[in-house]
Amino acid sequence: MTPPTDATGGTKTPQVTFRDAPSLASPVFEVSGLSVFYGDHEAVRDVNMTIGQRQITAMIGPSGCGKSTVIRCFNRMNDLVPTARVAGKIRYHNEDLYGRDVDPIEVRRRIGMVFQKPNPFPKSIYDNIAYGPRVGGFKGNLDDLVEETLTHAALWDEVKDKLKTSALALSGGQQQRLCIARTIAVKPEVILMDEPCSALDPIATAKIEDLMEHLAQEFTIIVATHNMQQAARVSHRTAFFTADVDDKGVRHGRLVEYDETERIFSNPSDQRTEDYISGRFG
Amino acid sequence: MSSPTVDRDLAVDLPEAPRLKGRGTPWRERFFQLSLWASLAVGVVFLASLLVYVVVEAWPRLDSRIWTNFPDIIDPSSAGAQSAIMGTIWVIAFTALYCLPTGVLTAIYLEEYADPNRWYNRAIEINIQNLAAVPSIIYGILGLGVISRGLGFGQTVLTASLTLSLLVLPVVIISSREAIRAVPQSIRQASLALGATQWQTIWRQVLPAAVPGMATGSILALSRAIGEAAPLLLLGGLTFITFNPTGVQSPFTVLPIQIFNWISQSRAEFVSLASAAIVVLLVILLAMNSLAIWLRNHFSRRW
Repeated sequence: MTPPTDATGGTKTPQVTFRDAPSLASPVFEVSGLSVFYGDHEAVRDVNMTIGQRQITAMIGPSGCGKSTVIRCFNRMNDLVPTARVAGKIRYHNEDLYGRDVDPIEVRRRIGMVFQKPNPFPKSIYDNIAYGPRVGGFKGNLDDLVEETLTHAALWDEVKDKLKTSALALSGGQQQRLCIARTIAVKPEVILMDEPCSALDPIATAKIEDLMEHLAQEFTIIVATHNMQQAARVSHRTAFFTADVDDKGVRHGRLVEYDETERIFSNPSDQRTEDYISGRFG
Repeated sequence: MSSPTVDRDLAVDLPEAPRLKGRGTPWRERFFQLSLWASLAVGVVFLASLLVYVVVEAWPRLDSRIWTNFPDIIDPSSAGAQSAIMGTIWVIAFTALYCLPTGVLTAIYLEEYADPNRWYNRAIEINIQNLAAVPSIIYGILGLGVISRGLGFGQTVLTASLTLSLLVLPVVIISSREAIRAVPQSIRQASLALGATQWQTIWRQVLPAAVPGMATGSILALSRAIGEAAPLLLLGGLTFITFNPTGVQSPFTVLPIQIFNWISQSRAEFVSLASAAIVVLLVILLAMNSLAIWLRNHFSRRW
């Protein structure tokens, strides 16, 4: 795959080869009527989408459109915001993610998350990888698990001689790949990525994108990004969010269109999507 | 501007060279800098003269007698402060033992668990800040009334260290909270997103990262407690004790009380003895503060 280097929208970059979207026959998430409130403010309104297994789903849209808010609903990270409230349903393998007896800790062991800014723990590389398994009560051989995980994340060759040195000594891109490795060390089913490359340079970004493609054979990946080329390059399906401004000047995020990535970028059905991807607004 | 080789007519047409020479430092700036230096000098000069004065006064008695001998009311030349030094160490060690766990746990509750929108959490917060400003003599009265007499612990090391714990607890809580708050939110989120519980996140990520800050603040708080005489005088810290404490139930004296007692004696030998004890107290304080600085530098983390 040759990543396009120009800054124009997807419709003007014919060199992008879109990826065929696998079917949604066995969905991981079914979102229906999802709204998220922070206090009285409805940040996202009425989102409906189905997310397929072992594929990459991208969420794109301008700042403040609610893509980060939505992605944080999938592993209940919004629970940590005291004023946040979720309405509507997210079904994870047919089970209500916000059901009464659902333990958010268990949810987060199955649905991992990578954040916008690389946030390794101020510990050694080894301890960063081992942290998730340790808190989860892992009983096997940690050394093997760390090696296997780092190999899986294509980071082993770069760090195998300095496993005991601080993770903060790594470059930004390596730190972010370490954070991805740390996430897969607990063997989740889903990896959420909230703008994982926005703090990285293009070379580090390309490495992360390669890694995402590689991991998508095994994991379900949902990635929020404001980089449209990234969505076009790596994802199978794309959801386009935008923000409506009501008459009081309050912004409400909204899902405009959700389809196979190729369709979103070559033949979107909504005018707002077309305007956005061809760079006319946002 | 015009050099001799340039034709005079041409030279007139050249643009005037920009003026780069300064006009000198304006008097305002000079005055401001001067007042900064003057303010700094007040503190430094005062401290230096205090140190010089104390050391000069103490010089005749600044030898091993100060820590090998016990107080002697008859013969100042054979008097020492061993019981006061040991008493100070006992009292401060138990103060640390009582106030550090309590203070750190309170700080964890307030920072990590308490909902700041609840009225009782806000009330606790305001009270802690107010308690930090209460004069130490008030804590002495509290210790006398509640711990010494109410609980019947008497005039012992236990009473003294519990009272001093109450005295420094607000400061320990406030500095521990600041250390906990300095741990970036992204570390907590990363830990929780890996399926760690809140307790695991606090115990394995937040506390290790906050320890240097908490240790620094706590040691500074404890060194304040070491210098306190007022509350312990009220509690009946004795001034003439010729044995070291043997346990928390022992009667005790501490350096500030011993100093207070010697200074109020009329004989000049006792005054230089008091100065020698002050030097010892200063050395202990300096050692504790150096430990605080070392801890901060050694364990400080970059994010």
